Amino acid sequence: MKPRMSVKICGVSFKNPVIAASGTFGFGREYAEYVDLNMLGGIAVKGLTLLPRKGNPPPRIAETSSGILNSVGLQNPGVDYFIEHELPKLLKYDTRIIVNINGNTIDEYCRIAEKLRDVPIHFLELNISCPNVKQGGVAFGTHPDVVYDITRSVKAHAKQPVLVKLTPNVTDIKEIAIAAEKAGGDGISLINTVLGMAIDAKKRRPVLANIVGGLSGPAIKPIALRMVWEVAQVVSIPIIGMGGITTGEDVVEFLLAGATAVGVGTANLISPTACIDIVNQLEEYMVQNGIEDVNELIGGLEIKSFC
Amino acid sequence: MIAPHMYKMAFLSKGIALNANPGQFVHIKVPGDNSLLLRRPISIHDVHPQTGMVEIVYQVVGKGTRILSGMNAGQFIDVLGPLGNGFTISREIKSALVVGGGCGIAPLKLLMRRLKDMGVVVKALLGFRSREAVYGLEEFEMLSDRVLVTTDDGSLGRRGLVTQVLGEELQQLPDMMFACGPTPMLRIVQQLAREYSVPCQMSLEERMGCGIGGCLVCSCAVRTPDGGFEYKRVCKDGPVFWSQEVMLDEAPNER
Repeated sequence: MKPRMSVKICGVSFKNPVIAASGTFGFGREYAEYVDLNMLGGIAVKGLTLLPRKGNPPPRIAETSSGILNSVGLQNPGVDYFIEHELPKLLKYDTRIIVNINGNTIDEYCRIAEKLRDVPIHFLELNISCPNVKQGGVAFGTHPDVVYDITRSVKAHAKQPVLVKLTPNVTDIKEIAIAAEKAGGDGISLINTVLGMAIDAKKRRPVLANIVGGLSGPAIKPIALRMVWEVAQVVSIPIIGMGGITTGEDVVEFLLAGATAVGVGTANLISPTACIDIVNQLEEYMVQNGIEDVNELIGGLEIKSFC
Repeated sequence: MIAPHMYKMAFLSKGIALNANPGQFVHIKVPGDNSLLLRRPISIHDVHPQTGMVEIVYQVVGKGTRILSGMNAGQFIDVLGPLGNGFTISREIKSALVVGGGCGIAPLKLLMRRLKDMGVVVKALLGFRSREAVYGLEEFEMLSDRVLVTTDDGSLGRRGLVTQVLGEELQQLPDMMFACGPTPMLRIVQQLAREYSVPCQMSLEERMGCGIGGCLVCSCAVRTPDGGFEYKRVCKDGPVFWSQEVMLDEAPNER
């Protein structure tokens, strides 16, 4: 028997728990040549800002052991262009659409949420964790009071449920997550990239033009798992877990830690079919382990005492 | 190995061999080391549609390319391609000047082959570091009407850089220039193309991620009609761009 793969987040049902993570999947169209987008649980589109944004100078990527550093700096055509030109193409597919939003000020986030009010998307993802921009971004995501304020403000303008995307670059992820939940956040996605740096020893220069960037890929998976697990202990809103997922088994681990769904990011850069491959591997794992419903895995971590 | 640090690899892929345009690239997963996540973008050197054979020529610059250079005949390789926007060859081109430097020479073979097939008069200026670094000269000679080689140390052909003889060669204006090579070379090619009003296409290189236009990491600054610039994707909008639109100087600082 085919296992049941669908999960529900804030009443919205996803055909499977695998979502292409923001910034690694363009607006979907770039990947449509290679994969059937209908097979994805959801797509989180490239982060949008109120006005078009050029992004950072190149080089914007560096490979590190089992990871990559990026410093794209939110290059995007702006929310209006997205609504007019990209979204119609995306709406042809039967998948859930998550729109990642970014601003320099709380007001900008709110204005983007306003613009998206009457647009048929399923979720807003409040990105308060981008490490590659000078203003806004991660600056909003590192203090519980600020997280509370921005989440509450955006909630007042948004029609769709709001997922708050958190940065791992904090001392205590739990208090940040609690602030997001208290402010009315409908869900939490974590983790965004870990702030890092690569240096070219021969040239004595940083590899990235931006000097620092966000680390992603399997190198950060243990950090992400730990944070998903910690947050799952203290909030009751759903969690979309992400950070270094490249296989179906990685998905299982995140679900066990307490995530309801997962984001797949860096893996998309390695193979355009990564998300679908991961969905298939997850299904295979469930068949092999006699799991009929993927929901059985969520929060199913068994912790034995060692004494 | 065809020259110091330069390797040639051939693999079978009917799809790539049949569909590749000159200037396009393949995106190769390094086998056997999962800590190297990203694919390596390598330009297509030549294709043989009948046999499905694809040739690449690349320089060993790090761990990934070193592993590739150690592969043996019969092994499988994970390749995505052909990718990117290659050179545009229109019927109006009757004469072409092809300029290549160092590793940038690799993609010019398929270009020259296609130009020759279309009856274009092809002149090639190829710059190498030294005599030892020269490869494939006979093939380049077969695929063009004239090849001029320069070496930095004068050990073969003219002494100096290709750009030092480019001005002379432009006394006779070609319909189109094609260029691939290090950025300092491309800067001079761009400048001369402007001075002599010769249309010029150049192939760029940048650190890449997905290779299919999704991740926006391999950007290059391109002039916009309003006098500003925007970042285009080398993997999808390029790697070949019109020389007059590309900004090769230090990246503009405006965010």
